[in-house]
Amino acid sequence: MTLDRLLPLLLGLAWLLPLASFAAIVFFGPRMGKGGKGAGYVATAAIGLAMVLSLVALGGWLLGNPVTLIEPTAGPAEEHAEGPAEGHAEGLAAGKVVEIVRPIAGNWYTLAEFGSLRLTIGYYIDALTVVMFAMVTLVAFCIHVYSFGYMHEELDEVTDPMVTADDGGPLRRPGRFHRFFQYLSLFCFSMLGLVVAGNLAMVFVFWELVGICSYFLIGFYHERSTATNAANKAFIVNRVGDFGMLVGLMALWGALGTLAFGNVREAPGRVSRGVFRLVRSAENDYRLTVPDRMVRQAARAEVEKIYRTAPTRRDAEEQIAGKIPEWRDEGYGYWLLVIAGLGIFCGCVGKSAQFPLHVWLPDAMEGPTPVSALIHAATMVAAGVYLVGRFYPVFTPEVLLVIAVVGCVTLFIAATIALVATDIKRVLAYSTVSQLGYMMFALGLGGWRAGLFHLVNHAFFKALLFLGSGSVIHATGTNEMPRMGGLLKKMPWTAYTMLAGCLAISGAGVPLVIGLSGYYSKDAILAQALSAWRAGSSPVYAVLCVVAMGAAALTAFYMFRLWYLTFLGRPRDHHVFEHAHESPKVMVAPLVVLAVFSVISGWPVLLTNLSLTNVLDQARPKGTEAGSAGGVLIPWLTAPAEHLAEDHAIHVPASLLAFALALAGFLVATAFYGVRRIDPDRVRRACAPVYRFLRNKWWFDELYGAVFVRPAMRISGWIAAVDREGIDRFVDGLAGLCRRVSVLDDWIDRTFVDRTVDRIAQGVHAAGLWLRTFQTGRLRSYVLLVAVGTVGGFIIVSVYWQFVLAGHGRMGP
Amino acid sequence: MNLLTQPVGPMHYLLVGAVLFVCGVICMTAKRNALGVLMGIELVLNGATLNFVAFGSRFLRGDSASSLGLDGQLMALFVIVLAAAEAAVALAIALNFYHTHATIDVDDASELKG
Repeated sequence: MTLDRLLPLLLGLAWLLPLASFAAIVFFGPRMGKGGKGAGYVATAAIGLAMVLSLVALGGWLLGNPVTLIEPTAGPAEEHAEGPAEGHAEGLAAGKVVEIVRPIAGNWYTLAEFGSLRLTIGYYIDALTVVMFAMVTLVAFCIHVYSFGYMHEELDEVTDPMVTADDGGPLRRPGRFHRFFQYLSLFCFSMLGLVVAGNLAMVFVFWELVGICSYFLIGFYHERSTATNAANKAFIVNRVGDFGMLVGLMALWGALGTLAFGNVREAPGRVSRGVFRLVRSAENDYRLTVPDRMVRQAARAEVEKIYRTAPTRRDAEEQIAGKIPEWRDEGYGYWLLVIAGLGIFCGCVGKSAQFPLHVWLPDAMEGPTPVSALIHAATMVAAGVYLVGRFYPVFTPEVLLVIAVVGCVTLFIAATIALVATDIKRVLAYSTVSQLGYMMFALGLGGWRAGLFHLVNHAFFKALLFLGSGSVIHATGTNEMPRMGGLLKKMPWTAYTMLAGCLAISGAGVPLVIGLSGYYSKDAILAQALSAWRAGSSPVYAVLCVVAMGAAALTAFYMFRLWYLTFLGRPRDHHVFEHAHESPKVMVAPLVVLAVFSVISGWPVLLTNLSLTNVLDQARPKGTEAGSAGGVLIPWLTAPAEHLAEDHAIHVPASLLAFALALAGFLVATAFYGVRRIDPDRVRRACAPVYRFLRNKWWFDELYGAVFVRPAMRISGWIAAVDREGIDRFVDGLAGLCRRVSVLDDWIDRTFVDRTVDRIAQGVHAAGLWLRTFQTGRLRSYVLLVAVGTVGGFIIVSVYWQFVLAGHGRMGP
Repeated sequence: MNLLTQPVGPMHYLLVGAVLFVCGVICMTAKRNALGVLMGIELVLNGATLNFVAFGSRFLRGDSASSLGLDGQLMALFVIVLAAAEAAVALAIALNFYHTHATIDVDDASELKG
């Protein structure tokens, strides 16, 4: 069996297994073992099997498509002689690039076909899909195993001290172990579906499914009002993003008539083009061009004009076809492409918690910790970055700039907030937002590989950090770091695995030699930023680069602050400290696995071309490998080719700078919290306004409360008043009127209609009584009646003849 | 017009038939005995039959050329046969009635009165 057939089968199975587990748990969950424990086994087995299948698929991919290095081709950036990317052509290009492998696209099943509209369950499989599958299933499997330990309280009746029951005591409720695993399964299914999806419609469906799953899981402790509020917040904020996404979908659908990503061979010799090849067609050297249909759509007025003047339809079509290149040069349809890109990115902003829609993610910490790990590492937030990566060929340079700026703002804001947060999970949540900002930032600057590389690495170390924090919370029963401290001796496994995570996220390593996974990806991102600064003529790129560099120091600072506060120093709360203990093996084992991956996932395999970056590079969207320069609307845009960032002139300073900054962050954190040379409280007092500002998360919640929530509440209050006072009154009046009319109608009915009918009935009754008297039962009187009746009949007839017929005869002629 | 002075024509027959008929009706109404009523019925039938015979007679008809002129007689025969059949049924009813009521007074047969 060829890879084209094998991979859809493997990944399709891996995708559907969690769905099967979900269905099984929905129907039989509570009956699976004591307290639904069997549900955990079912879900874990499903995701484990999916993991095996995904790894087999990854192996198959690597065997079938070995990484081959080729000379970088001169791309469009170099051909634009007047563009600001001129300098690239001077042979700066260092080394070779990875050959791009054609993706496997197709349809499993056609749901419906309405004219040209096809709704299909399709797949689009390239190296990115395969790597994402392996990453998602691996992390999800670790989280499933971990959840056995973390959620074991849910097996019995649970006492929730955070909720007051009606009788005043803490709430007691039945455990929901099986329901937790049921949602986990659905979550994994949704995420895998999103990754494997072959068209945007399918992506959107799974996008929403991921959203609803996160809603369920964030609100898992739904007796707590904070949890339900957080779930609502996550859901509603995501709706804002999804609105934009719908706009983007409609722009694409309306203009192109297809939502499929890749070209799909529908029948031998008949290939339907996907969005990617419509926007970057092979005939056009994979350069970003506005598709004909989009141009035509945008130039509707001109098209109509031609139709009015042209003698025949064919004439008109010919004229339009001739005019389209001209219109394209005039910029028709370009805006449509920009809007489509911005719309899709808007959805990603919501899902990946980017500024300005980042507010939901820290609140999402209300869910159980394994869920936080799943949302923050493998699924929900990864979906946004993944989609930006997947949809990369369609983004115009303007959209890329927006992505870079949004990412940059996000990474900075979140990093600053994380500096002062005291809830261990919130620090990690803001760190996630910040790292997602880095990914978006890299993607926006043309660092496609760097961004997605960081996505995969981040999944490992952030899952590790979350599970580690879960282990700490499990042991201490509190989220607040000021109450922890000195836990290193109590829980060494957790502490050291989390240290690995902290080192990885800070980008620790020996510069230019070897490092943890985060070292490679963060270096790549910063090198790309530096490369953009060098290539771009605008100071914007310099600002972006400097901010990203600065935030790298902040990252190291807040991560080590977290570690020091939790594990080192004197215990600050003795009750908590006495209570603490190392977590069970079932929780530690996933930590160790994830720690190993956090360390090694960036390493290249010796003596081969095999490394995560190179494999990801196989999926690089065709036409983007040479970067881009100069947008149609803004001329100074640039997204330099990624292989240029590997040049020593850029890579070495970026790497050293990143290391120095991370080291600085680490040293400051050590000074503050490790060796206690500087008293944090004094600094806090010295910069009280700044502290308050950060502590209140830049007042974002308050700002949104004042700008959106409160006005919305007030408007809804008004509308409710209008409803009550106007519409309700009107309806009530109508009802009263109706009632009065019906009373009148009732009276008419009784008096006239009923009485008439009654009278007729009475008459008939009386006639019957009278006629009854003739039925004497005496034979003789019957005979008499017959005789008399006959005679009477004769008399009547003869009189009739006498007077009527005879008279008629007389009146005749 | 005095019938007694006229030659025998349809009118005489009709007169006799009418007398028979009325006698039959009176008999039917006046007699309480079921057999009496049956006799009255016979008289009524005979009165009617007489009319048929009279109208069917060759001598009393104007147009004798186009048909054999036997339709009246045939009808009369029918009536006689039917009368015989009816008498058989009626006598059976009377007999049954007697079994149940121990009388054949028709005034006692009033179960079906309204």
